[in-house]
Amino acid sequence: MELDARYRFENYVVGSANRLAVSAARAVAQAPGAAFNPLFIYSGSGLGKTHLLLAIGHLGRQLQPDLKVAYATVEELVDELNASVSSGAVEALRERYQNLNVLLLDDVQFLAGRRETQAEMLRLFNGLQRGGRQIVLTSDRPPAEIADLDERLITRFSGGLVVDVGAPDYETRAAIVRVKCDERGAKFEAGVLDELARIPFGNVRELQGALNRLIASQTLGERAVTPDNVREVLGERPEPAAAMATAGRGAAGGSEFSSFLSDLSAVVAQQIEPWRIRLLEVMSRWREAGFMTAAIERALESADEPDVEATIRQYESAVSRLQSLARDAEGLDPALAASDVFRDPERVGEAELAVARLLGAAEPPPGPSPDYVRSDFEVGPSNQLAVHAADTVIEEPGKKYNPLVIYGPSGVGKTHLLNALGNELIGLRGGATTVACVSARQFTEELIAALRDGTIERWRARYRVVDVLLMDDVHECAGTERTQEELFHIFNALYASGRQIVLCMRSAPKQIEGLEDRLRSRFEGGLVVEMQPPDHVLRERLYARSLTASDVRHDRSLVDYLAARAVANVAEITATVQRLAQAAEVVGVPLTASFARKELEGRLAAPALAHNGNGHPADPLFLDEEKVIWDWPDVSGRAIEEFR
Amino acid sequence: MPLVNYATREITCKIVYYGPGRSGKTTNLHYIYGQVPNDRKGTMVSLATQTDRTLFFDFLPLDLGSISGFNTRFQLYTVPGQVYYQSTRKLVLQGADGVVFVADSQARQLDENIESMQDLHANLAEHGMDVRAMPLVLQYNKQDLPRDLIHNTATLDDALNFRGVPAFAAGALHGTGVFETLRGISELVLRRLSTSGSPATPSTAHAGSR
Repeated sequence: MELDARYRFENYVVGSANRLAVSAARAVAQAPGAAFNPLFIYSGSGLGKTHLLLAIGHLGRQLQPDLKVAYATVEELVDELNASVSSGAVEALRERYQNLNVLLLDDVQFLAGRRETQAEMLRLFNGLQRGGRQIVLTSDRPPAEIADLDERLITRFSGGLVVDVGAPDYETRAAIVRVKCDERGAKFEAGVLDELARIPFGNVRELQGALNRLIASQTLGERAVTPDNVREVLGERPEPAAAMATAGRGAAGGSEFSSFLSDLSAVVAQQIEPWRIRLLEVMSRWREAGFMTAAIERALESADEPDVEATIRQYESAVSRLQSLARDAEGLDPALAASDVFRDPERVGEAELAVARLLGAAEPPPGPSPDYVRSDFEVGPSNQLAVHAADTVIEEPGKKYNPLVIYGPSGVGKTHLLNALGNELIGLRGGATTVACVSARQFTEELIAALRDGTIERWRARYRVVDVLLMDDVHECAGTERTQEELFHIFNALYASGRQIVLCMRSAPKQIEGLEDRLRSRFEGGLVVEMQPPDHVLRERLYARSLTASDVRHDRSLVDYLAARAVANVAEITATVQRLAQAAEVVGVPLTASFARKELEGRLAAPALAHNGNGHPADPLFLDEEKVIWDWPDVSGRAIEEFR
Repeated sequence: MPLVNYATREITCKIVYYGPGRSGKTTNLHYIYGQVPNDRKGTMVSLATQTDRTLFFDFLPLDLGSISGFNTRFQLYTVPGQVYYQSTRKLVLQGADGVVFVADSQARQLDENIESMQDLHANLAEHGMDVRAMPLVLQYNKQDLPRDLIHNTATLDDALNFRGVPAFAAGALHGTGVFETLRGISELVLRRLSTSGSPATPSTAHAGSR
């Protein structure tokens, strides 16, 4: 469900009349279900209940992107309920609401007198609370004053925290009109906004309406708005006496001391600029939460008004980053989580590094498989460029070819080379080098799991701390969005700090469809080398090695014969050798070139040879479809005929 | 100097009631103390001689609660009026944010008023404080006494108020004018929040008042 993006904490002006409500709302957004449940906010119309409600939703989602949040007014809920009753889908509706993490319900005073809805509400409420889900309610009056409200609902509504939002005081009004003015990009003569704020509007909507009138009047060019004619433009009677002071005195009830106090308030309010008060509120809130506030303090000490909202935004985003880092650290090393680094928004970088280190150590990313060894890797003209590049990377990781991109058809040894390279790098500094070796598919799987578990930060951090990133089958991430996005950021982070990246893929980056341009261009910025199917020299070596490995005594002529036959990949060579060795053993003769020729050319191909993984016959001998039994149409019929 | 500590969100004002002996300074404080609601009452410290004269000084802490988000505390002091407590007066004046000069309106006390006023100026000067910049209000106390015993406010203005500061007629015993005076000095002091420029550094702001 979409929440109206205009209503956020960032543009909610906090004053003395709503401070408690805002603090509670923030606490709820930061830890849904934990702090005040339910949170019941009540106030007169136009004082920002809905704004606050939606701001909770936004902040909650910002902190936990997978949080299920729904906003509805009671009217909407009633409509939905009616619709579901008529369509017989009440159960589905209930289920949908029960699965929420946060329910934001506006205008609950309209529950008054609606028995059925109240019953449903009670059921919903119980279900959500049992599951520890957060509920936030707003109303224009406290629970007990909602007419005809079920007693059980009253007690439930009042069971968490009930806060009210009062009418804004002068400073708050001044701050609000400034924020609104900035949002609109409107400019007024100095003093106009202050004069506007002095008019004691009972709610924010009226204040906003008045500001709109001023903006309209100014932009339509009727006349310039000055502090002196503000009230006239708005059709208000001039009111020279400070409304604040008199109002304050009236409320004091005659006692000398309280009248003295309210006078004092007026004086102080006039003396301290609203922007300082705004900063002070932010500062005290985060201080209470245990965060350092040096940035805010610096802003406070400036003689002229700084960009207050930007300062606060920046500060609070650093704080929320710290909070999420501290959560990560908590699970791994509570002692570290308690460290000052997580309380100082000026040291986010340090905190990030500390957590990343911790994560890297606790859950290292997948490494290269130790089965692949560089010395086992045979070199020939078809792959020597790639091997040379890999050797250079081993000598000087991150220095010369970064990234190194190796492409070629499957089975030519890319994975072997990649893993062997990783093993060499690990061995280089006695294991001190962290090498991540992962296939694109595995990378995506991990990403999906991390998204599901809400551990994306941790997952990301694991990759960001590696010294070397090796990724296989990169073409498999083509067409994905999030995988490429994450790869892009990890790539940049590693590349910027001079760490080696080696990527293997089936074809050259520019030929991979669905690969984002920003990745493609980065891949091509290093060295792109091709590995081709084994050439004659390489085939000789591979056959010789394979025959030796299979313990088959062989002579030069056998190797020559075999090497002369083209193969698409290395696997084919191993399979051929295995097949020949087996056949020779069955017949009980030594494996010679002539036996091999008879075996390979004299008979129909065996499955392992004919299908090399791509579904195409490898040897020209098998290009004839008629000779390949499993490609025949209606195999069984033909086989019967042959036997006859 | 004053008084706003943005870091701790506190406003602390030290106000000193000055004036000749028996002019009614302690009476002012007692009246204020009596008006403070019980939940805000601190302890009034009064070191008095057996004859009810202030020996050392009175100290009335006033916790005004949160004002515009600031924890606001006023500290009201009186000095002993008797001439021979010169050094105590000087001590109490240290770090004052504002001074209430309580004059005795009785005609026969005029000279003592003038002498005390001179004493105030001398002491402030000795503390290196700019006398003209120090927020100051005058209170002409005991205006409730019979007309023939006292000077009227105009005469007292002529004699004492050469700086033209706010002056209040009062009868401190019954509370007349007491809060007006306090309000007057408070406003003068608080108005300096902004004119004193950037927020005071906490270490110096309260050094004298603790």
